Amino acid sequence: MKMLSERRPILLANARIIDPSRDLDIVGDLLIADGMIREAKRGIGAAGVPEGTEVIDCRGKVIAPGLVDMRAFIGEPGAGHRETFASASQAAAAGGVTTIICQPDTSPVIDDPATVDFVLRRARDTAIVRVHPMAAITKGLHGKEMTEIGLLKAAGAVAFTDGDKSIVNAQVMRRTLTYARDFDALIVHHTEDPDLIGDGVMNEGEFAARLGLLGIPNAAETVMLARDTRLVGLTGGRYHAASVTCAESLEVLRRAKDAGLAVTASASINHLTLNEIDIGPYRTFLKVSPPLRAEDDRRALVAALAEGLIDVVMSDHNPQDVETKRLPFAEAAAGAIGLETMLSAGLRLVHAGEVELPALLRAMSTRPAELLGITGGTLRSGAPADVIVIDIDEPWLVDPNELKSKCKNTPFDEARMTGRVVRTIVAGRTVYEAL
Amino acid sequence: MGPTNRAFTLITRGQRFGSTPVRNLTFTILWAPPVTLLPEAELAHIGLTLMTSPPKSSFVLSHRHLLGIEGLSAADITGLLDLGEEFVTLNRQVEKKQTSLRGRTQINLFFEVSTRTQASFELAGKRLGADVMNMSASSSSMRKGETLIDTAITLNAMHPDIIVVRHHASGAVELLASKVNCSVINAGDGSHEHPTQALLDALTIRRNKGRIEGLLVAICGDITHSRVARSNIMLLNAMGARVRVVAPSTLLPPGIERMGVEVARDMREGLADADIVMMLRLQRERMNGSFIPSVSEYFHYWGLDERKLSYAKKDALVMHPGPMNRGVEIDSIVADGAQSLIREQVEMGVAIRMAVLEALSRNLPNA
Repeated sequence: MKMLSERRPILLANARIIDPSRDLDIVGDLLIADGMIREAKRGIGAAGVPEGTEVIDCRGKVIAPGLVDMRAFIGEPGAGHRETFASASQAAAAGGVTTIICQPDTSPVIDDPATVDFVLRRARDTAIVRVHPMAAITKGLHGKEMTEIGLLKAAGAVAFTDGDKSIVNAQVMRRTLTYARDFDALIVHHTEDPDLIGDGVMNEGEFAARLGLLGIPNAAETVMLARDTRLVGLTGGRYHAASVTCAESLEVLRRAKDAGLAVTASASINHLTLNEIDIGPYRTFLKVSPPLRAEDDRRALVAALAEGLIDVVMSDHNPQDVETKRLPFAEAAAGAIGLETMLSAGLRLVHAGEVELPALLRAMSTRPAELLGITGGTLRSGAPADVIVIDIDEPWLVDPNELKSKCKNTPFDEARMTGRVVRTIVAGRTVYEAL
Repeated sequence: MGPTNRAFTLITRGQRFGSTPVRNLTFTILWAPPVTLLPEAELAHIGLTLMTSPPKSSFVLSHRHLLGIEGLSAADITGLLDLGEEFVTLNRQVEKKQTSLRGRTQINLFFEVSTRTQASFELAGKRLGADVMNMSASSSSMRKGETLIDTAITLNAMHPDIIVVRHHASGAVELLASKVNCSVINAGDGSHEHPTQALLDALTIRRNKGRIEGLLVAICGDITHSRVARSNIMLLNAMGARVRVVAPSTLLPPGIERMGVEVARDMREGLADADIVMMLRLQRERMNGSFIPSVSEYFHYWGLDERKLSYAKKDALVMHPGPMNRGVEIDSIVADGAQSLIREQVEMGVAIRMAVLEALSRNLPNA
């Protein structure tokens, strides 16, 4: 990893320390040395640290585990013009994301161990945050034959997903869940029935009717999720719904969890903070997949996050350049960038009193790390020092020109935000510092 | 098979049943005669006197057909193995010809291609003196759309004594057996049973380990599609062995644990303490869709190589029903190694099929 600063010991003093992995929320100091978290407690003070320690007075700002973004598309290999590990990791660092989980829908698809190896090496050489790939569930993302789940996991794939494609064939899904269980591999599935999507481009309902756009019903998602939860019951596999967006899906999710199934779910920051009306005059930066839903669905999603029914909040970072976005709405590509704005957008929910800050941070760091079985998401002594410092009250305006991502397709274009990351530390090194 | 073939039918006329006069009331009494009273047993004895070196075993199988291991008792199995043992000796002599099936007609009816099973049934029949006819599905009326039952009825009209059947559908052999008057031997039906394979495996194990009872046998690989696995599970359980199946979950049929086996999903756990490691062929031709990601991953995790074999007991022996996919489920070094019994299995195949033919022929009517 590139170094922005020497790896001296760091004392982050006088901070509100939030560690969701231990339900810890105290005022105190955090000492980092040798890339590890030494301790986090009240009153370590400048006297109790090794010589040469860099002491940073946080003045009451929040310290939390670095964010683990469970779903981000990076262009490498094959689409480096949209995003590289270097550019994505710069954006991630600026957004407080210390671990990116990149998606396999690249070119070539990440469906064999050699490509996993390429991604890991490339990221090691060019990225300033941690990068772990998910591998494809089916070869070539064709939804027919499962990939070498055992060998891919051994090569370093942390989970399996077909990106934004759904596996229509239930038998393939069943066999994959069955086979993956032997390796304790997590299957992450985008639940949208392509036949029910049809030619739809946005949420089905009044607003789509007014815009004259074809709609996608909530059922497109719920039908597939319901099928999958039944298959999880049948097979005993470990399953994660990649992006849940509507109230009906939450009911399915609740039933599955109540039945004790190994089912978890993510919601994207877009669906938690935006709704279909934000599309306004055909703004293609708000065309995402699944589509932005009605306000009732968004509120249900936020409530589900607050109570823990939604396990993970992810950015669904998907860089699209002008050629794919500067088109009529129906023809534009879906996707929005989000690495850099995920936390700030999430803080809107905190400031609105809808979600507690520790619950938000848990869904953005601790839970994804647990589900994927990777380091991070904790401030325990001895854990790798992936730490962020957040000023939760700083007002700022999202200026696309200042965003570090190669593409500027942010749905929060020119939006006002309150709160942002001021320092990001990965493995004890500061990789981002706000001016 | 079973009692219905030996049923007596009593027809009573004019009896009163309750208050209603009943005519032609039919009672069917299921009755299996004691083995000692069978006229066939006497016939077998006569046959024995004609043999050049008659089997000492006077074992008679109390079944008309051999449709599966299911239904055989431990005594049946032991009797067949003992008889098989005698034929092993015979087969190693220069003069292998016997006469116990002289005058009998044996039809090998193979709806699925086979090398070793068909060849060993043919040899077995010929060595016992039977006239053996081979029919395969590719060169007969079955090709022209004749149904299984019509084929059975046609062949039955030619008065064969024994029909050996292999069919790609589970239960097909039993269906055929219900339509013919002769003895039927199952040479493999779909993913259901392959009883002579299990018997020859048992004979191979007994000759090398001296016993079957108490051994731990690990059956590894494509359990879902394997008739060999099912027959072996039943036989080994009947003989008091411990059976463990080892496979990826996609190749384990749901409910397998209720067949009296331990289930393991990785080879280290599955082969621990095993006396016998029985590999199965990955039956890609029976697979509809993808059960495993690739051959290379399958071999990496479930293929038997020297490292994985070292998880089993030091003196563990390796078996495979054949044909082998080298480099898929078994490494050549292991297949041809000192612990391998694979070639001996083929030898036992002829002997055990002779034993089955011999035992069933002792039950054949003298007509």
